Amino acid sequence: MLLIPCPWCGPRDEIEFHYGGQAHVAYPDDPAALSDEEWARYLFFRDNPKGPFAERWSHSAGCRRWFNVVRDTATNEIHAVYRIGEPRPVIA
Amino acid sequence: MTATERPVQADRPGEVLRFRFDGRDYEGRSGDTLAAALLASGVRRVATSVKLGRPRGIFSAGVEEPNALVQVETPFPEPMLPATTVELYDGLVATGLPGKGRLADRPDPARYDSVHAHCDVLVVGAGPAGLMAAAEAARGGARVILADERPEPGGSLLGTAETVDGLPGRRWAAERAAELGGFDDVRVLCRTTVFGHYDDNYVVAVERRTNHLGAAAPATMARERIWRIRARRVVLATGAHERFPAFAGNDLPGVMLAGAARAYVNQYGVRPGRRAVVFTTNDSAYPAALDLAGAGIEIAAIVDVRRAPGEEWARRCAERDIEVRTGHVVRAAVGDGEVAAVSIASEAGGQAREVPADLLLVSGGWTPVVHLFSQAGGALRFDEEIGAFVPGEIRQAVEAAGSARGVPTLSGCLRDGAEAGRRALAAAGFAVPDPAPPPAVEHEPEAAPARHLWLVPPADGADHREHFVDLQRDVTVADVLRATGAGLRSVEHVKRYTTAGTAHDQGRTSGLLTSAITAHALGVDVADLGVTTFRAPYAPVSFAALAGRDRGSLHDPVRVTAMHDRHVDSGALFENVGQWKRPWYYPREGEDMAAAVLRECRAAREDVAMMDASTLGKIDVIGPDAAEFLDRLYTNMMSTLAVGSIRYGVMCRPDGMVFDDGTVIRLADDRFLVTTTTGNAAAVLDWMEEWLQTEWPSLRVHCTSVTEQWATVALVGPRSREVLAGLAPGLAVGNPSFPFMTWRDTEVAGIPARVCRISFSGELAYEINVRSWYGLALWEAVEAAGVTPYGTETMHVLRAEKGYPIIGQDTDGTVTPQDLGMAWVVSKKKPDFIGKRSFGRADTARPDRKQLVGLLPEDTGRLLPEGVHLVEPGGTRPLGHVTSSYRSAALGRTFALALISGGRERIGARLHAAMGAETVPVTVAHHVLYDPEGARRDG
Repeated sequence: MLLIPCPWCGPRDEIEFHYGGQAHVAYPDDPAALSDEEWARYLFFRDNPKGPFAERWSHSAGCRRWFNVVRDTATNEIHAVYRIGEPRPVIA
Repeated sequence: MTATERPVQADRPGEVLRFRFDGRDYEGRSGDTLAAALLASGVRRVATSVKLGRPRGIFSAGVEEPNALVQVETPFPEPMLPATTVELYDGLVATGLPGKGRLADRPDPARYDSVHAHCDVLVVGAGPAGLMAAAEAARGGARVILADERPEPGGSLLGTAETVDGLPGRRWAAERAAELGGFDDVRVLCRTTVFGHYDDNYVVAVERRTNHLGAAAPATMARERIWRIRARRVVLATGAHERFPAFAGNDLPGVMLAGAARAYVNQYGVRPGRRAVVFTTNDSAYPAALDLAGAGIEIAAIVDVRRAPGEEWARRCAERDIEVRTGHVVRAAVGDGEVAAVSIASEAGGQAREVPADLLLVSGGWTPVVHLFSQAGGALRFDEEIGAFVPGEIRQAVEAAGSARGVPTLSGCLRDGAEAGRRALAAAGFAVPDPAPPPAVEHEPEAAPARHLWLVPPADGADHREHFVDLQRDVTVADVLRATGAGLRSVEHVKRYTTAGTAHDQGRTSGLLTSAITAHALGVDVADLGVTTFRAPYAPVSFAALAGRDRGSLHDPVRVTAMHDRHVDSGALFENVGQWKRPWYYPREGEDMAAAVLRECRAAREDVAMMDASTLGKIDVIGPDAAEFLDRLYTNMMSTLAVGSIRYGVMCRPDGMVFDDGTVIRLADDRFLVTTTTGNAAAVLDWMEEWLQTEWPSLRVHCTSVTEQWATVALVGPRSREVLAGLAPGLAVGNPSFPFMTWRDTEVAGIPARVCRISFSGELAYEINVRSWYGLALWEAVEAAGVTPYGTETMHVLRAEKGYPIIGQDTDGTVTPQDLGMAWVVSKKKPDFIGKRSFGRADTARPDRKQLVGLLPEDTGRLLPEGVHLVEPGGTRPLGHVTSSYRSAALGRTFALALISGGRERIGARLHAAMGAETVPVTVAHHVLYDPEGARRDG
């Protein structure tokens, strides 16, 4: 069970959180302007890297805030935690 | 034999305990394990093996036992316990098992519990290294937890009789543990097995609190406790398990690990045999042999595969006239059902010699217990010196200490543990005190290098079918060779093919041997081949312990409405909807479910009926941008809704599939009350929060769950207006003044209420909402007006007759509003809403999409099971399935709703419901089967 440092509440057990998939996949500004392929890419395609991955988590059994995490998918090491709207930190 | 095998009195008072094994009565001593007491009573055959039915004895003295599996029968049946870990108590009743146990046929009456704990340093294992690590960490002021699986601290010291600081090892350990217990922030847990090591040093252990007390166990005490520990640093002082080479008959009762025999003599004062042969590849069996000799066991010979043992051991054996046969091996343990003789030969070949013996001690070296280290993500590397895998690199704040990382000597383990404790202190940010002088130990003879012998080949012409590598799973060298012969090249595959290393053993005694034999067969180095992955649990854990208190009524929260007690009094049967208990139907005397539901349906369609609708999810959506927010979430327009009015709405996911539906009530310009399906209330609130926080943070909107703040009574049927008028004299109930899909604040039965004209049945209907405190009073007042209560089953029938879908029953995440025949709910005017773009995808426009239709079985009494598939007559291609199916009082027949490929095009066509060998003909119909004109909703 991960120990996730919520940017609002501090480190808490993973069981308090809800996973939200890849971060920085914004809802398109004008979906009607997208081709079917571009829209399908937004709907269905996500990265699946081995290594650092920016992903969304929600502290659903705590402060109920969404935030972003950079986690290494191979080791589960959490490199960074940052609030919604903040840019993804550069991970060496 | 009777109780004659306890010639040595260990340093214990030895209270006599009576127990029963396999139907016979015996006596043991307090402090015994069941295995020790059986050996003391001369019982050598304890169990039979799982596949081959071979007799098996006691092989070890601890958790690594693969043979002596027993079932404890009292006070509660518990299968598959190693006799080496069962503490003896007065009145114990146990039986030996043929490899499989029997589960109890009654509920476990014991209580189980769990504890969460945090610490700076967790030390696993209270042997020499673990005690030193914990002592150093405690001395530096850290919060320490020390956990050990045995009843008392000491680890290897319990069995070896070595002294530390001039004290018997056992006493030294007890004193160190007592000192630790004196620190405020130190917790010493005995009988506590750490079985799982997860991310970020989340460690799970089970503490056995009353098992050893038998009938004397206090009923108020939890039998077992699960510890969930989060540690800043972990020191794994988990020790090492002795291993054995494969030779013929190495599973016979009387074959025993050398260190285990030493422990039976020293710790329990028990003689595991009378005349022993010792077969070893290393020096560690020599002190075992000497201790046994000191206890009066005749050592017939030490068979050492090496050219020479350590010089000092050779000299000590010579002093005691113990024959040491170097360069020799044990070819076979010989005997009918137990060891009677040992066949010894030169490793180079030649004639074997049979030596009579009833005990054969084996030592193939020591394998560090790396299970937890590996579970924690640590890499292993092969250590050529000890011939085993030892901890390597690890990312987590974990280190192994002592024999768990291959340190061979007591002095080395004590030093290594202390250093690990100090490193843990420093890493956890504590000031590290000056080192204490290391404890003094006895002279440690210089060791000669070990030989890594895995297999003694069979005598000429014989096969490997009695060369066991996994005693519990009855896996032999022949089985491993069959696996490699079948082309398997990975130990993971060999494990799954042969089952070696599964069950209790988890590779403790079998893992390395299986890998080594596989490597040998493949002609590769075991260091390169590796061992199978270690996974939790390290040792078996009962489901009852894992469940803890979360059983029965505490398994899941039960939510009930304010009117629940009244429903119970009315004889309602309940169904679970999410965590809610909802009245299902209210049978009257002599009624079955079908009769009750038909009666309730008639009341709603022909007279007046009422339902507890309090469980519907309710969310307040408040703020200047609330209308804009709801326009983006719902497929239809909500911003145009007038204050005082209500609109039905559907929410989709971005892929255009229906997610939830419900009503939206506009309370003020900036205030809406949204209802959701009962089971989806939390998900809808989460959905709203997610969009507000992650995509639209600029919208000024707040969402609050108010589900439990309101109690709701649905009042349904042609006479509902009349009943409402009687209960709410201040309310103008006429159709023009209180039209469909509007709401009014008023008093009902003297209770402040919000009445909504909403219908989920097609009938004239109202939903009366009051504060939850008044829910019961409202219910009783309405019921007193002669209104028939109905449950969820009737609600389902009424809505299905009208073709109203239940999201999650008639949909499954692949269904659009258009598929449900609700194109009208999808706005054409709004520039965007969640899901809109997907309605332009080719996939959502396919004519063969599954669409919601009605089904009318040709046999009007035939009720289709939900989930049944439909095919064309004579066809086999499934076209879709039945999602809802009921008996209808209004239609005078059975009917169903179904999702059928191209369903609307098939209206009027005949399909077959495929029910096993039988096919039931049905006619496809429009999904609205009752009152399609909607004539009934205004009364």
